[in-house]
This record gives sequence, structure tokens and C-alpha cells, in this order.
Amino acid sequence: MLSLIRTVWLVLLHMFHRRVTIQYPEHKAPLPPRWRGRIILSRDPDGGERCVACYLCAIACPVDCIALQATQDEHGRRYPEWFRINFSRCIFCGFCEEACPTYAIQLTPDFEMSEYHRENLVYEKEDLLISGQGKYHGYNFYRVAGLAIGGKDKGQGEEDRPPVDLRTLLP
Amino acid sequence: MPTIYVEGQPYEVSPGLNLLHACLSLGFNIPYFCWHPAMHSVGACRQCAVKLFKDENDTKGKIVMSCMTLARDGTRISIADPQAVWFRKVAIEWLMLNHPHDCPVCDEGGECHLQDMTEMCGHVYRRTRFKKRTYRNQYLGPFLTHEMNRCIQCYRCVRFYRGYAGGRDFHTLAWHNSVYFGRHQDGVLQSKFSGNLVEVCPTGVFDDKTLARHYVRKWDLQTAPSICVHCALGCNTIPGARYGTLRRIRNRYNGDVNSYWLCDRGRYGYEFVNSPQRIRRPLLRNGDGRPTLAAKETALTQIGGVLRESRHVIGIGSARASLESNFALRCLVGPENFYLGTCRAEVQLLSAAIDVLRNGPVPSASLHEAAWADAVFVLGEDVPNVAPVLELALRQSTLRKPSDTIQDLHIEPWNDAALREAIQTEKGPLFLATTYSTDLDASATQAYHAAPQDIARLGFAVANLLDANAPSVPGLLAPIAALARQIAGQLAEARRPLVVAGVHCGMGAVLQAAANVAYALQRKNENTRICLAAPWCNSLGLGMMGGKCVDSAIDALRARGSTTLVVLESDLYRHLDVAEANNLLNTANHVVVLDSLRHKTTDKADFVLPAGTFAESTGTFVNNEGRAQRFFAVLPPAGEVQESWRWIGELLAASGQRSSAPWQTFDEIVEDLVRAMPAFAPVARAAPSADFRMAGQRIPRQSHRYSGRTAIHAAVNVHEPQPPADPDSPLAFSMEGYLNQPPSSLIPRFWAPQWNSVQAVNKFQEEVAGVLRGGNPGKRLIEPQADGQVEYFTEIPEAFERREGYLLVVPGYHVFGSEELSILSSGVAELAPMPYIAVNPEDAGKLIVRENGLVDVALSTTSHYLPVRIAPAVPPGLAVVPMGLPGIQWNGQPVWKKLLRT
Repeated sequence: MLSLIRTVWLVLLHMFHRRVTIQYPEHKAPLPPRWRGRIILSRDPDGGERCVACYLCAIACPVDCIALQATQDEHGRRYPEWFRINFSRCIFCGFCEEACPTYAIQLTPDFEMSEYHRENLVYEKEDLLISGQGKYHGYNFYRVAGLAIGGKDKGQGEEDRPPVDLRTLLP
Repeated sequence: MPTIYVEGQPYEVSPGLNLLHACLSLGFNIPYFCWHPAMHSVGACRQCAVKLFKDENDTKGKIVMSCMTLARDGTRISIADPQAVWFRKVAIEWLMLNHPHDCPVCDEGGECHLQDMTEMCGHVYRRTRFKKRTYRNQYLGPFLTHEMNRCIQCYRCVRFYRGYAGGRDFHTLAWHNSVYFGRHQDGVLQSKFSGNLVEVCPTGVFDDKTLARHYVRKWDLQTAPSICVHCALGCNTIPGARYGTLRRIRNRYNGDVNSYWLCDRGRYGYEFVNSPQRIRRPLLRNGDGRPTLAAKETALTQIGGVLRESRHVIGIGSARASLESNFALRCLVGPENFYLGTCRAEVQLLSAAIDVLRNGPVPSASLHEAAWADAVFVLGEDVPNVAPVLELALRQSTLRKPSDTIQDLHIEPWNDAALREAIQTEKGPLFLATTYSTDLDASATQAYHAAPQDIARLGFAVANLLDANAPSVPGLLAPIAALARQIAGQLAEARRPLVVAGVHCGMGAVLQAAANVAYALQRKNENTRICLAAPWCNSLGLGMMGGKCVDSAIDALRARGSTTLVVLESDLYRHLDVAEANNLLNTANHVVVLDSLRHKTTDKADFVLPAGTFAESTGTFVNNEGRAQRFFAVLPPAGEVQESWRWIGELLAASGQRSSAPWQTFDEIVEDLVRAMPAFAPVARAAPSADFRMAGQRIPRQSHRYSGRTAIHAAVNVHEPQPPADPDSPLAFSMEGYLNQPPSSLIPRFWAPQWNSVQAVNKFQEEVAGVLRGGNPGKRLIEPQADGQVEYFTEIPEAFERREGYLLVVPGYHVFGSEELSILSSGVAELAPMPYIAVNPEDAGKLIVRENGLVDVALSTTSHYLPVRIAPAVPPGLAVVPMGLPGIQWNGQPVWKKLLRT
């Protein structure tokens, strides 16, 4: 008898608690920015592709679901000719993001990737590349690398001294 | 054997080594940069520091550079001593001060010695807070990229380029903190060994420009042991493929053959495998003469029908096809109808060369032996252009005698800088007798340029001076006689003399003269070696198989009606006159060609079957030494492409000669080959058979870090395809399998824990820079006769006499351009010269032509309009025409021709 009253009392109390259940899909769950969901390729602050096609994400991937081919433009800037992620294999471990030396590959708070056909889970570069910087703002790999690319000559990097003059005898 | 103590434990090491060499051979990891197993020590990088103790009671010790310290008996060292560890860590921190933040965009990344050593030393975080030094790069030609910011100033590049390879256009420039390695100005590196800088440089200053066009990392390359197809030396290579195309060639160490080096033709000539000229599907020529693609079954049925109906089938073998493919063709047509795919003169020269090696008393020299020769006599061969890596060996041979003469200075042979300082510019005996000047002339004791007849006479005269039983040369001019005396004197004094000749100057007498010199030397010195250069990667294999020359096929065709011609992997227009080749192809009722590339012969064929290149097939080549070496497919053949021997096996079934294809696997055809020709018995032992397993597993062609397995084909099909089966070898097209060291002939890549760069080869050798574990790959097929009956050649040619109005046209060669396959690589094509004819200034004066003036010369029945190059090194009365360049139709046999000014 006492337990019955206790149960009714508890139910009554819950009427005044905050609701936990969300009416998905009408309402979306608030996800933290570091949620490991759908992978994107980002751009640097100057709008160029961040990915330099170093293959480190591909080697870090434990399920080998990333494949790409490197190429370079006429000024020596490296970028992926094509970049493919097979999300039907991806386990969203985030190793690719950790391995990426340029903040190009990032996992985003988006898990809504259900498809009726597995083929539709194969994302190519045009599906992956976004127009913004993603989570990490302000970083441009080529500004700190020693490589000269179009628009950045030798010695114009943030950490560079001007190129050595081989003809001078001054110390 | 001295005993050294490392961390208190005794180890036996070979005498005379430095501590670094000894410790690496024992399996210890000591970081190093400037030391190179083939170029030895200079002590420049201070990276290989270890602690040396006076005796067992010494606890303090002192830091020494292990590469500069002799491993004496009783030497006590510690590698793990905290002070030595600290020293190495600090040293690499200094070296890394200005190293850019480039690894993600550097082609060396993942196989970088600097990365490995930095990790090994534990220098993980930079502490520097100042800006880095930068340099401007140079354009160094089509093969190499230059990124000087990455340089750590170890001096290996310049030591290799100038000291080892004899290059002159690459220097150490500037000074103190601005030291620069490059040319005096932008331009193509002149050395044909420049590609080795990619492997010599411990970091990414020099990288492969052809790889950069389709870059992938080392761990993503599918690799297999292979053999270079661009000359007869048979250098061991590791081609790497990704996404179905060949991406690069790397050196595969073989202590007896190429050791650490490749030439640029071998390294960069691979692009023909990816060429748009590749034949990928069978072609049939229908009634109106247009080629149409056909399915495999249709092609086989039609060719089978043709073969069944023709009364006669003639097979033309190929010196660039594997031994097995040639044997298969020989089975299809029968030994009496098997013709070697080379012209009469070349067949005669080749069989003469094989005769010298087989029946003479002198063993053929491996490249390793050539590098250790202390006196060399080259007759008729333009070594730098026809056998480039042999040039590298001969350059080393010139250091042997000077090194011996300074023994009383007690300089260790590995103390490179001191040794070179002591010998200065002195060079050991190297005598060249060639028809024109070569790149080796500057290093030669004497370079004699003359007509082939005179070269032969000089050789015969030297042989006569060495052994009076050898025939003497009548009417020798006094200066030639003096030269002969000088050569004979030096060869007789030498401890390991070497005679180099070959088939390239187009005259059998030169070969015979070389044989006489070698035979005469052998009587005095059993360490004598002979090295005979051959033109194609399997010339010797084809020559040993035996057959008639292709010229005589025409007579055979004419004599018999209804004939089918089966041409294996060769372009007849490269071996025959245009008229003769036309004649041959037109006389035959049907022409079947098996080849990988489109050329003039395939354009005239009725049936073309797509053969695999070296990268897609398994087979055996016999190099100029007589060493049978196995190469394995790197790529599974795509589409209808398959090995020629497989096609021919299926043709045997389709034509009704056999009930089914006689060879399903490579081992079956090797078994048949050995049974039919016992001379090839060692071929079966050249590499383990297909059922060989290590711990029950195959050897994987893909590295254990091969990436993208579930994404590569996902655009086509999300279900991963099964890896292609490989019934022909113990290797697998997979990343699964035995990961430890396989037998030496099956090494698909050099990799060891902590050693991701090519320097990992240290871990695969019994002793560093020695033989690979289990012996160097390859089996020698030819050993000299034990009884050593010497019969000298006695036919001495008449001295060369000039003919009024005529010039003797002799063949010339270019490392870039003269070879059929490599010219399809864009870089090689860029460096290939335009066709020309080189004549002496005196003859040019008689012809009244200036430099680049056009002359008309009728070579092989076709007129050639060639610009004249005036070359003082060409002897008067001779004209040199470069072989194989596009636009030159000539089989390279010396002929008297009239040059007409146009």
C-alpha cells in the first residue's frame, strides 16, 4: 500500500522535471563541436584547399576507407586530384583528423548519413570539400612550410628568413 | 677476426672495418648521415657518436665518431651510454635547426632517413624559436626535383656525384652557414647517374620528378623484385605500382650486380609501361586492312585456325622477351623454324661472345668484380652509353691501384676523405680503344680512337705481347706498337685485370682480339676477367637458346608457300633494313605479333596479341655476365594482357598441336625449358618456385601499411574485390603474408623496424655492403672450361685504309635515345639528341660542310638527311651515326658510304 503511494508520488514529481527525450527528427540533439561524425575537407583562411595529399589520413585509417591521389599545380602546391572516403566502412574513430598535419580533414557533428544503397556512402572530393575552415580557424600550412607555392615565394613564410644569396662573401 | 665489446658483450667482426660498419653489420642501430656503405666515412655529420673505453676498468670513456674509428681487437664501446645518447640527440637537433616544416608535402616522407634518425635519436620537439634559413632551388632537368631548404649539409650528394660517379657539373657552393649543393646555374645534370641522388640524399633535397607527377608514398606502393630491361647488365630493381599504373623504379641491392646504383635510363625509362601506345586488347586486321579489337577467344580461334592451315610457321624470337617466352615460341614453331630476332651480323657477334665465355678459359666478370679490377682494357665499346652502370664500376676500378700504392701511409680503406686526399688525381690503368670519344676518356690512362679494324689490331698486338703464342700483328705503326706495349705492361702487372668488349662496334675481330688479350692474361694471372657487353636485356639468353638470324627467315619464307610468321616482342624494323622487313612481313601469308607496344611491325600484322611488359609478367633474363635472374609481376595484368608464354601456350592448344595449353603456371614452363635445354638448369633455381612459403605464407607485394583497401575500388563497387591470384610466384597481390625477411631473390622492398628509408638494406645483408642474406640473387649459367685449352683467334684484319670519297659509317650510342623502350619516357625523350652524323674536321673539310650542314647518306637502302657534327675525336675516314634515335633506320653494321652534301 505504502509502495503504491510512493510510486504515484514519484510520477507526480516527474511532471515537474526537465524533459530528456527529444522529438527527433523534428527536434535535433545539440551535439558538441568535437563530435566525431561525417568527415569533411576544409579550406584555409585564404580559401585554398587545406589538404596537401600527404596520405597520412589514409595510412592512419584502421579500416582503410580513405583513398586519394596527390597532384600539384604549376606552382608546386600539392592537393588531392581525387579523394574518396567509403563511409560504409568508416568507423568514425577520428584517427584521420589526428593524423592530418594541416587541419584539412575534420570530423563534424553530423551523424545523419543513412542511405538505402551502400554506393551512396562513397563520398568523393566534391562531396567532402566544404567552403569554410571547419573547427580550426586561422591555420594555413603553406604559410609555415618551406615550400614555395603560387603567391608565396621562398623566404616569405612565417618562419623563414630571406633566401640565402650564394654570391655574397659577406658573413 | 677481431673481437669488439659492445655494452660489455663480445662480438666477432671482420677485420679492417670501422666501428659503425661493424656495429650495423652486427644488427645494432647507430644513427648516421654522411657515411654510406659504398662511399665510406668522412666524419662530417657527428651523428654516429659512441663511447669508447680504454679497457674493462675504464668507466669514464670518451666520445668518438664510430665511422672514423677502427674496430680493433679488444675495442670496448657503448652505444647506449647516456652521454653518447645525449650527444647524438644534440647533434641531430643542430642538423634539424633549419629543416623546414615540409614533411607532408615532401616526397621523401615515409622513407626518409632523416625522419628515421630523428626518431631514433629521440629528438621529438623543436626548441628553436628563431626563423629558418631558406634557399632558392634550381632546375636540374627532367629527372630530379631540388628543394635545398631541406638540406642538412651531410655532403653525400657531392661525394657521390663528383667522387663516385665522376660528374663535374655539381658543386658545393657558398660557405659557412649558407652551404649550397647544386650547379653553377640552372640546367640539366649531365651525369647519367644523377637519379641515384634520390637514394643517396638522406632527406628530400633531391627527389624523383617523374614520381612527383603521380605521387604516392612508399607504404602505398605495390612492389616486387624485378630486373631492368633497358640494357644487358641486368640491374636489380624494385618497381612500384599503385592504382594499376607503374609509379617509379628503385634500386634493389645485389652485391654482385648493381649494388647500390642504377643509371637514369633504368630508373626513369619505366614510363613505357603506362604509355598510351600500349596494346591492351587483341587486334585483328579485317578484310579492308583496318585493325579491330577482338575478344580473346575470337583472336585465339582465328589465329589457331591460321596456324593449323599454314604449312609452315616461322617464329621470330626476341632479345627483350623472357627466356620462357622465347622457349614457348620455340615449342610452337619447332627449333628448326625458330629465328633469333636480330640481324645476321648481330647473331654472329653474339654467338662469338657466347663462344668466348663458354669455351674460353676466362670467367665473365660480374659488375662487382669489374669495380674491383685494377687494370682495365676496353675494346670497341662505348661503355658509358651502352652499359652505364659498368661505367660506374670502371670508375671505381681506377681507384684500386692508387689505393694500393699508398699502403705505407696506413690510411684505412674506408677513410674516404683521407684516401682521396692521398691519391689526389692519380688514376689506375684504364685503356680505352673506341671509335669515338666517350665520357670515360677523361678518366682513362690512354684513350685511342680508331676504326674497328685498328682497335682489333691493337688488341691482337697486346695479346701477342702478353703471350708470344698469340698471333703477331704485321705492319703495326710505331705509336700503336708503343701503346700496345704500355697496355700489355700495365695489364701484366695488375692483380685483377679486366678486358671489356662487346658487340656494339659491330666487328667480330674486336671481340676476338679482346678474347685473345683475356686468354693471354689468364695464362699469367688466373684472376683475369672478361666482360662482354650485349645490347638487350636477354641477348645472352636468346643467344644461348640458339637459332638462325632473322635475315635468313626471308629465304625460308620464299622457299615455302603458305607461311605464317609469329613475331615475339620485337620491332623488326629496328633489326632489319626497311626493305628487308617489308619483304619479310609482306611475303608471309599471315603475321602474328605478340607485343606490349604499338610499333611499325604491329601496324603491319594481321593479328596482334597484347603481351605483358616486365611489370606485368614473371620471367627470367640472362644478363651479359651469363647470370639468370628472375623478375616478378608488380601489377596483375589488366584486361586481356598476359605473358607471351601464356599466349603461346594457348595458341598451342588453339592450333590443335596440344589438347590443352601445356603450361598453366610459370613453374611448368621452366620445368619444360630445363628438360629441353639442360644448359638452362640453373634457371629453375634462380628463385624459389611458386609453392614456396615462409611459415606457410606467401610474400606480400603490398606493405603492411598499404592504405585505402576498402576505398580504392569503392567508386566502382563497394564490395572489395578478391585480390588477384598469382599462380606463378610465391608473392601475393595482397598486404597479407609473411612480413619478415624473405629469401634474397624475393625481396619486394627494403624495410626494417625503425628503418623506413632505403638504408634498411643494411638489415638485409650478411655484412653491410656485402652479400644479401642467403646469397645474392641470380644463378650463373656460364662457367669457363676447367681444362682451359686456349686456342687463339688468328684472323687479324688488315689495317684501316681510307677510301677516297667514302666514309666508314660506324654506330654510335646514346644512353638516352638509343634504347627502344626508354625513349617512350618523356624525360628520356627530352634528353635524347636529334639524329646527326659525326665526322672528323678533315672529312668535313673535304665534303665542304659546316657544323649542322645537311648531308645525305643512304643507310639501309633509305636516304637519311642528317646534320653534320664536326667531332675531332672521330678518326679521319669514319662517320658516326647514333643508333636507335627516332628517324634512323639502320641495323648498325659498319658500312662504307658516300656522303652527299645537300
